[in-house]
Amino acid sequence: MRPLNLGDFLFLAQSALWTLGLFFVSLAGGSVIGIALALMRTSPWRPLRWFALGYFRVIQGTPVLMQIFLIYFGTALLGFEFGALVSAGLALSVNAGAFLGEIWESSIKSVSKGQVEAARVLGLRYATTQLHIIMPQALRVATPPTVGFLVQLVKGTAMASFVGFVELTRASQMINNATFHPFLIFGGVSLLYFAICWPLSLLSSRLERRLARAYTR
Amino acid sequence: MTYEFYFGDIWKARWLLLDGTLTTLRLSALCMVLSLAIAIPAAVSRIAGPSWLRGLIYAYVEYIRNTPFLIQIFLVYFGLGIAGFRMSPNSAALIAMTANGAAYTIEIVRAGIVGVDRGQWEAGRVLGLSPLQLYASIVLPQALKIVFWPLASQFILIMLASSAVSVIATSELSSVTYDISTQTFRAFEAYLVTTAIYFGLSVAFAAVFALIFWLAFARGRPA
Repeated sequence: MRPLNLGDFLFLAQSALWTLGLFFVSLAGGSVIGIALALMRTSPWRPLRWFALGYFRVIQGTPVLMQIFLIYFGTALLGFEFGALVSAGLALSVNAGAFLGEIWESSIKSVSKGQVEAARVLGLRYATTQLHIIMPQALRVATPPTVGFLVQLVKGTAMASFVGFVELTRASQMINNATFHPFLIFGGVSLLYFAICWPLSLLSSRLERRLARAYTR
Repeated sequence: MTYEFYFGDIWKARWLLLDGTLTTLRLSALCMVLSLAIAIPAAVSRIAGPSWLRGLIYAYVEYIRNTPFLIQIFLVYFGLGIAGFRMSPNSAALIAMTANGAAYTIEIVRAGIVGVDRGQWEAGRVLGLSPLQLYASIVLPQALKIVFWPLASQFILIMLASSAVSVIATSELSSVTYDISTQTFRAFEAYLVTTAIYFGLSVAFAAVFALIFWLAFARGRPA
């Protein structure tokens, strides 16, 4: 055992940046997958709708840890040498896509059917209808739960430590193994996560209240 | 691709996997029962308790919901360990899972209590019920019915999240799978099988919750 030193704090600060990096990678990947799935769920073609529903149920019905391991070992079997960052980013994207997709599906479905019919009558194409008619209206409904999910995603990045990706949680584990000050290290690191997540939680519930008011008016 | 799948070693370890599955099942079920037992009085206190208690419960719920479960596991296992409460990894896992699950359950039950129609409270008061009777026989049964399905989804999420306790070498499903994968070098196959087991557990829990809902709220009543 050795005492805590300045280097430990620099190491934690650096790994906090890796946590944020992984978060943004997963958010980008999860958004692409989520939009695709939400459009599949609201498409007129039944096999697409079923595929997306199956995706939601399987991904939401299995642990994110298993998804991380399967992608980590699976891509290695296929001959890709992705390493921990890409594997973890891919797995968290796959996972986030299932949750974001379902949130956005219900947001799209909350837009009244008359809007789609009106767009069709006006002769607008599918892409134009989605982009200029449906999505701007769905966005209002989608924002509060999406912001709420960001909290889950920030916390989810901690699971990347299982495949050896050195983000905040893995770094705190390593420092604790060397210095053994669990309360100080894990307590302190948990407050770092809290400082990122709590404002998002507050924002999400505030947006939700505002939306609820707008609907009761 | 030249890789050939081989599940023979996994099949040899089937009893280990069954053991791990039963441990996950036991941990999760215990955690659900304990979380609810803690959450019901805590949610009532969060609404009707003295202001210091309301603040304390609020702070606890927000802290747990805004920090990673993995860090909470470390805090319980290593933190309580150094404070003199040495315990087995499985006990630490149950404590961490319950500390986490209770916070989410408090928030859900609280929302349910708030969602009970105001007329129900007033009717109960007019009938001269004490606050305890009012909660026990009027408010809580309705609140639990309102939040039954959000609670059921949360409980299934707790079961899935329990895989994270493998980080402190427990004997539940994920830890067992880790052991099997290092002994057989068939990590992908091992995790594939375990993923399927977890999915089966999710489906099974969903079915049990549907049964509980029917027994508690729907049986013998007009739809």
